Order: sequence, then structure tokens, then C-alpha cells
Amino acid sequence: MDWFEDWPQYFEALNNFSERLIDGLLTTIQLTLLGGALAFVVAVVLGLMAGSPSLWVRGPARVIIEFFRGISLLVLLFWMVYVLPLFWMANPGLPGEDFVRNNFLIGITALGINYGAYGAEAVRASLTTVSKGQWEATTALSMSWPHKMRRIIFPQAWALMIPSLTNLWVHLLKGSAIVYILPGINDLTFELDNLRRPTDIWFSHAFVGLVSYFILALILTLFMQILEARAKHKLGRGPSLREILSPDPKAAPPDAAVPVQQDAAQAKEGK
Amino acid sequence: MPTPTDPTVPAPREAAPSSSAETPVIEFTDVEKRFGDNVVLKDLNFTVSRGERVTLIGPSGSGKTTILRLVMTLEELTGGYIFIDGEPLTHEERNGKRVPVSKKRQKALRTRIGMVFQQFNLFPNMTVLENIIEAPIHVLGRPKKDAIEHAHSLLEQVGLPDKADAHPTSLSGGQQQRVAIARALAMDPEILLLDEVTSALDPEVVGDVLNILREVADTTNVTMLIVTHEMGFARDVSHKVMMFDGGRVVEEGHPDKIFTNPEHERTQKFLGAVLGHN
Ligand SMILES: Nc1ncnc2c1ncn2[C@@H]1O[C@H](COP(=O)(O)OP(=O)(O)OP(=O)(O)O)[C@@H](O)[C@H]1O
Ligand SMILES: [Mg+2]
Repeated sequence: MDWFEDWPQYFEALNNFSERLIDGLLTTIQLTLLGGALAFVVAVVLGLMAGSPSLWVRGPARVIIEFFRGISLLVLLFWMVYVLPLFWMANPGLPGEDFVRNNFLIGITALGINYGAYGAEAVRASLTTVSKGQWEATTALSMSWPHKMRRIIFPQAWALMIPSLTNLWVHLLKGSAIVYILPGINDLTFELDNLRRPTDIWFSHAFVGLVSYFILALILTLFMQILEARAKHKLGRGPSLREILSPDPKAAPPDAAVPVQQDAAQAKEGK
Repeated sequence: MPTPTDPTVPAPREAAPSSSAETPVIEFTDVEKRFGDNVVLKDLNFTVSRGERVTLIGPSGSGKTTILRLVMTLEELTGGYIFIDGEPLTHEERNGKRVPVSKKRQKALRTRIGMVFQQFNLFPNMTVLENIIEAPIHVLGRPKKDAIEHAHSLLEQVGLPDKADAHPTSLSGGQQQRVAIARALAMDPEILLLDEVTSALDPEVVGDVLNILREVADTTNVTMLIVTHEMGFARDVSHKVMMFDGGRVVEEGHPDKIFTNPEHERTQKFLGAVLGHN
């Protein structure tokens, strides 16, 4: 395998590039976190709207979801960077000019809208799994819509939507690479491309890239699994985090220890 | 009205509230309920006075649950009017037209009504205590401290003083239903709707739950609309029994009369079938 013959030199190149690569990595992390946060907000808002019994609320949500799921992220980015500014060119002084000139914000917005539209389906579908009896109990207690959503319905759907949202978030992480078509956004993939020049594509993309993205995705997934375990435990299904992380599983038999540990975890989580 | 003494009732039952000039707590006027083409209730008229406890009996599908759900605004009223304390709950007549009442007015009336469901419907994402205090604090605006105190005394009353921090999923069916009763009572309802609250329970815990409801009946003045297959319980607590069939009231009267000496053949047949099993 002569590919690997040059790898000692390549690691030297990697070292020289490390600063830029770390900058790229930070950009990718920022895009993933901020884009993911926006996607979550978009998903919740559109998902709630899409689950509304009123056609006037559901209809627009469906149109927006289908539209942004239908057009590719690349096309969306292209429009936002090259077409949207034309409006500001034609009408100088229009508010929001700072936004259309900020490619980083455009990247985040495009990621957020695109993945948010997918996430909306996960949110809507999970909300439908909350039983009718739960909704009726909230009506019998005269809870307002925002109140029942925030305190009763959404928390129950939450545990179920986490796995889908995790998938989408990992997709968003990888999809964030596409943002490098935007001038001035030097994300990890962009810098990997630079690293490719003194090395080769196997080293830069297939090795450094693979490892970096894999680790990032792993961290996201682990974080979301913690959220899921916590959410399930809150619903009285599954052990508490402390039990899961307990070094000696026998010290905390899942059934016997539940009441005590649960209360302790609850008290901690509560405030 | 004379009331026979019953050994299972701790305190003697007070006389049925007189249906005098006082505004009825619940009034159905020409109520009609359709599901699509299926007319479930037709031209239904009845009133319930303050503090009165009324049991609805009748064969399956006769519309008993539907009546309770209409009062709780869980079903849309397709015709007629329902009044709570004399105020229209869902629709009112204005200039000869039937128009919906505002959401705000409906909510104000709805907070006076509580319901206990067959399937308990406790919130699994909250502890027992949180289940009970959630609505008093956030719907009625009670101070948290008062709500917690009240919740503890209600848990005492339903025999679960040590379950405040438990999760609903860790409780048995009977315990869950007792929490559900406490949760409904925490709102201090004027009207309590009970729809077959013991039907999903193991036979050996049915008695406990019914005893708690007997005590609520004896110690409070809450108006109750009850659907149950427990005829003994119905006889003990109710001032009035209404027999439904085909969406209409076939016969109504004092439980002693309905259960021992029903006039209508439909009632006789129904009771024969139900009591025959006991
Ligand atoms: N959501 C619904 N959609 C369509 N039809 C319904 C619905 N709910 C009830 N019905 C119909 O209304 C009729 C009355 O139902 P309801 O549940 O009020 O009867 P019930 O007297 O409570 O019977 P049971 O003793 O079996 O509980 C039935 O024919 C039922 O099929
Ligand atoms: Mg029923």
C-alpha cells in the first residue's frame, strides 16, 4: 500500500494546518449548534401548527413544510446568497440589509429552515401519540392551550421525538459542509480541501475528515441519548441517569431502587 | 323526601335539595347531539339543582357518557342549550339565533366543573403532587403554598398521604383513580362528573374508591352527575336516578323507587339484567 508511505509528511502538513483546521472545526460546530437551535424552533413551531385542528393554521404550515422539504439546501442557499440581495440592490434602504450581507447568518438560516421543515414532521407525529385522554384531562382542568402544550402534551411527546431529532441533527452536522459554497465561510470541509493540496484526498477527507465528523456526530448522539433517558425517566419509563451511569449495575436494581432514586433525581432536577 | 338509613353510609344523607326557585346548577334545554348522521341525544331536557347527586343509568350506547362529555365541553353540542348556574355553556340565543358563547365565558364556567375519567388520565410526566397542584396554581392562580397544603389534605382524604412524590406509573389502578379524584377536587368544583370511575379497576379495590366518593358526597355540597354500573353505590349516594334509552329519559325518580319499583318496562328489563348479575 504505497498510499500510506507519504503519511508521515502528511501529519507534518496537518500540524501546519492545524490552526486553520481548528478554525474550520469551530465554524462547523457553530453552524451545527446555531443551525440546530434554529431548526428546533422552526420544527416546534411548524410541528405544532401542522397538528392544529384548524385548517387556517394547519394549511400554511403544511405549505411551508412541503416547500422547504422539497427544495434542496443547495438551491435554498443559492437563492439566499445570490437572489435575495437583488431585492436590497433594487430597493436601497430596505431593512435587513445586514442580514443578507452576512453569509454566516444566511448559512444558519438556510440550515435551520431546511432541517426545521423535516423536524416539524417528527414533532407533529410525536404529538399525535399523546393519548386523547391526556388532552381531555387538560380540558377538564381548564388549562389554556399554551399551558397544556408546555406542561403536559409536549413533555410527553418529547421523549418520542428525540431519536428523530437526533438523526436530523447529525444530518445537519454533515449537511453543514454545503455551506462552504458561501463566500467567506470556511468550515471544516473547506479547510479539509485546503489540507488536501499538500497531502491527498485519502488523508484529508477520508482520514482527518472522517474522524472529525465522526467524533462530532458521536458527541451529538450521546448528548441526545442523555436527554432521551432523562425524558423517559420523567415519564416513569426507564431508569434514572444515575442508575444508567452507575458503575455497578447490581448496586441499583432497576425496579427495587426506582422509588428512592427517582425521588432524589426529581428533587435535583426540579429546581 | 324520606331517606332510608343505610349501614354503609357513615352519616345520614341530607334531604335532596329542593328544586325550588333557585337556579339549577345544570340545565339541559332541547339538547340534541349528533355524531354525523347518528342522533345520540334528542330533545333532552332536565335540570340538576345545587348539591344534587344524579345517577344516569341505561343500556350501553344510550348516551350517558355523551351527556357528561357535553357538560365538560369535550364534545361539541350540535343542538339546544346547556346552562351552568343559569349561564349558557356553549351556545346562547341572541336575536332568535343560536350563537356560540365566547371562549372566555366558557372557560369561566368550565373551571366550576371537574371530571374523573374511567381511565384516570393522570399526567405521567409529573409526580402525584404535581398532578394535583398544576391546575389550581396555573389555572385558578392559587398561591403555591396553599395549593400544596390543600393537595396534602386531599391525599390524606383519599388515603394516599405518603404518595405525594410518587410517579403515577408506579401506582396501582385504584391508587391512580384516587389521585385523579383528588386532582379533580383540588379545583373546588361545583359540579363533579364521574363516568364509570371504577370500571377499569380490579374488583377488590372498587369498594375503596366508592367509599371515598361516598365520603365526598357526605362531606361536601358538590353537585354530582354520575354514570356507574355499581347500583348499590348509585342507590346510596344519589338523590335522583335517571334512566336513559335511545337518547331520552325513560324514567326518573328517587333511587329507592327506581330500583325497587320501576314503572317502565324498559327500566324493569334493564335493572333485571344488571342486578341479575350481582
Ligand atoms: N366520538 C364518537 N363518534 C361517533 N359516535 C360516537 C362517539 N362517541 C359516542 N358515539 C355514539 O354515541 C352513542 C352513545 O354513546 P355513549 O358513549 O354516550 O353511550 P353510553 O351510554 O355511555 O354507553 P356505555 O354504557 O357503553 O358507556 C353510541 O351509539 C356511540 O356509538
Ligand atoms: Mg359510557
